[in-house]
Amino acid sequence: MPLKPVTLRLNGTERAAFAEDGQNLLDFLRRGLGDLSPKYGCGQGTCGACTVTVDGQTQLSCLMLAETAQGRDVRTAAGLGQGAALDPLQEAFMEHFAAQCGYCTPGMLVSARALLDRNPRPSREEVVEAISGNLCRCTGYEPIIAAILAVAEGRIRA
Amino acid sequence: MTTVETYPTLAEAARAMGQGAAFLGGGTVVMREVNAGTAPGRIVRTTDPSLREIRASGDGVTLGAGVTMAQVLASREADFLHPVARQVGGPQVRNMGTVGGNLFAPHPYGDFAVALLALGARVVMAGGGSPRPLEDLLRDRGRAPGLVAAVEVPRPRDARAFGFLKVSRVKPKGVSIMSIAALLPREGGTIRGARIAWGAMGPGPMRGSGAERALEGQRLDAAVIARAAAQAAEGLDPPTDAIASAWYRREVAGVHLKRLLEGML
Repeated sequence: MPLKPVTLRLNGTERAAFAEDGQNLLDFLRRGLGDLSPKYGCGQGTCGACTVTVDGQTQLSCLMLAETAQGRDVRTAAGLGQGAALDPLQEAFMEHFAAQCGYCTPGMLVSARALLDRNPRPSREEVVEAISGNLCRCTGYEPIIAAILAVAEGRIRA
Repeated sequence: MTTVETYPTLAEAARAMGQGAAFLGGGTVVMREVNAGTAPGRIVRTTDPSLREIRASGDGVTLGAGVTMAQVLASREADFLHPVARQVGGPQVRNMGTVGGNLFAPHPYGDFAVALLALGARVVMAGGGSPRPLEDLLRDRGRAPGLVAAVEVPRPRDARAFGFLKVSRVKPKGVSIMSIAALLPREGGTIRGARIAWGAMGPGPMRGSGAERALEGQRLDAAVIARAAAQAAEGLDPPTDAIASAWYRREVAGVHLKRLLEGML
């Protein structure tokens, strides 16, 4: 199988690996670069567990060809927080019990971070809209919405 | 096994198409097949920057085939399409899914194409030639009609002349039970050139001739809306799928058409 070299910035660090023909970005991040934070849920663009940002925009990494990430800025949940210090969203998710099984959590965090970076004081409706492409089968969404709003309203600080 | 071929121009990509090749746009349709191992052996794509352009044109806007729903939402020239683009997929899909891809998205997807059909959009194909009505392309879409370069969308005369409704069970991001787009240009209050388009009510976006006949040459009022609603599903053969049965779709089509038209009074 032909291999194509792909270089990208992953959470601020230049990384490179070979991508297989037809390999999606999710698989490339997990197997090629060892970032296991984006999850494989459906492979169909329905669940949002594989959400990452590419040049600041949320994308479904399972529906993106790895080779099209060449030269681009990719951010995953593993890039949230600084060393041992968690991102305020991660703190808020813990405080509000916004994760049960945890499988949707990395995708939820990426979508929530993208929202707050663009709109630091979103309304509840804007939060619901921002996570509408991320399915959660445990929480019923309310704790997740509460956690994101808590950060937006400044009730959680890192 | 899938091989990916990338070309710098749309013209080169178009020449490379042919048997056993699929064109990759935003990826939200084709990559599902790649992941499932059911994609054709060759995936053709292009990095042609002209596909990402939005241009205001005489009476409307020209959208490159590679323009994403998010780009439409960020464009002032395409403001009349914002209520439609906002209802496509979730945020990630809107950042990826393209105008051109939406024209080929299988049932129950393709809500944006439904709006374009009602608006009387024309399609510019790779290789030039005069733009063809979107209706023709939609009819041929299963038969490899070639690659789309751009879509020319006429701007409705006024905001009240165009309406769009997507009906889904899950909000804000749900797959269509059906979607309806209505263009009702009025001259002195009389409808001239009514166009009603339906999504998820057939194999692809379809015109609704029954409702169009009931509206054409009339003044929009409760009685005319009731007549259009009564003929809503005429000529349509909606599918049964996991979201709704054909019977249900036919049964509620008039109800939703009525709601849409009442908002355009």
